Amino acid sequence: MSVAGHVPPPFFKRGPAPLVRLAFFVSLSLILLIADLRFHTLEWARLAVATVAWPLQRVTWMPIDAAGDFGAYLARQSALLKENQELRRRQLEAANLLLRQQHLEQENLRLRALLDMRARLPVEGRIAEILYAARDPFSRRVIIDKGSQHGIAGGQAVVDEVGVIGQVVRVFPLTAEVLLLTDKDQAIPVEVQRNGLRAVLAGVGAGMMELRFLASNAEVQVGDVLVTSGLDGVYLRGLPVAKVVKIDRDSSYSFARITCAPLAGVERHGLTLVLGARTALPPQPDDAPATPERPAGGKRVKKKAKP
Amino acid sequence: MQPTHSSRRILLPVRNWFIVLTLFLALLLNLVPFGRLPGIPDWVALVLAFWCVHQPLKVGMAAGFVLGLAMDVADASVMGQHALAYVLLAFAAAGLSRRVLWFPLAQQALHVLPLFLGMQLVMMIARMIGGAEFPGVLWFLSSFVAALLWHPVTYLLLIPQFRPEDKDVHRPI
Repeated sequence: MSVAGHVPPPFFKRGPAPLVRLAFFVSLSLILLIADLRFHTLEWARLAVATVAWPLQRVTWMPIDAAGDFGAYLARQSALLKENQELRRRQLEAANLLLRQQHLEQENLRLRALLDMRARLPVEGRIAEILYAARDPFSRRVIIDKGSQHGIAGGQAVVDEVGVIGQVVRVFPLTAEVLLLTDKDQAIPVEVQRNGLRAVLAGVGAGMMELRFLASNAEVQVGDVLVTSGLDGVYLRGLPVAKVVKIDRDSSYSFARITCAPLAGVERHGLTLVLGARTALPPQPDDAPATPERPAGGKRVKKKAKP
Repeated sequence: MQPTHSSRRILLPVRNWFIVLTLFLALLLNLVPFGRLPGIPDWVALVLAFWCVHQPLKVGMAAGFVLGLAMDVADASVMGQHALAYVLLAFAAAGLSRRVLWFPLAQQALHVLPLFLGMQLVMMIARMIGGAEFPGVLWFLSSFVAALLWHPVTYLLLIPQFRPEDKDVHRPI
């Protein structure tokens, strides 16, 4: 450098220095990360990119589909026969229940009318196939082959033939993402089928779930079946969810650690049923007394002022 | 250009469309739904690191950022997670490019292995701050597989640049 404040022009123009570029792109990605994690404001961008990329994705599934078809082609006939027999047996067993169910539903309706209770909502469902598990190793999601074009909406419950597997969280035109029950972010209100004890079941990852905030002397046993309580307005009441596999009652903690395993094939692939959205529940009772509670704060100030 | 700087073989200049094509094919390979199977390498990271090492003036952090956004949508992960990791990977690989090409291929693989591991670590930290679950130790296997693939991928991606060896006694090179 000859003169103070004067730099000779570079021979080759190469744009900004690598460290400057690194700082620019890293801050840009961090802004995106925070915008998506904290404020969930990037769903429109995701939708646009996913729609454009849909044909590409379809192409990339071909090898996996072909492998699956080839495997099915090679399935032994004896295995198929066995499965067929098993299915027929199960259908006969179910037929008994199904035939009686119509009768029972009618009777239930009449009895409810007698009791002047609101009729339970009939459920319509939509059959969807699980295409694949999302590649993201940090969450438990699967992609199903029905989207907003088929009437799927966010928040709908997804069940299989045994029980609940999760909830639709993101809808694309032709596909939808289902957050599985075992995801760490997923919680579901349940009750113990044996005695109607209500609790919240939350995923802990690794295919297991945990019954939270139950006192260490709560009336739960190993082997209890948990069914949805329907209090959240998302899941219908009485859908089987999980089974209690381990209870750790340590009196040094105020809550028992209750580990549960999902009943449905949450981590398996296959056909699922997406249940229609329930109509909104009446406003929760907490909303109404929220206003009279506030003047209580003012009263206390008065009390203090007295003495 | 040479396959390694200690080699005597001289390569043809790279074609830009070939770089774009390979990155695009890597993206397609990443879209193949393997689910949670461990040990599937991140093809985009592998090819991106390769071009950042071999052509640091043509492929860099901007390419990493765009590819990262595409991967974020395809993976159903948080926006910016792959973008952040790929940008850091591209920066580190470009910084390594002057040094690493002097080594034979096996040692080059040892050089890029920490880059891939660091990339996965960045993604894990970003997601676990956001409250996600630990994906398990087996998830890091994909970095080791990617490092093993460095040798074949180098030959595969340099094929269009090799020229036939015709011995000319009158030319020194």
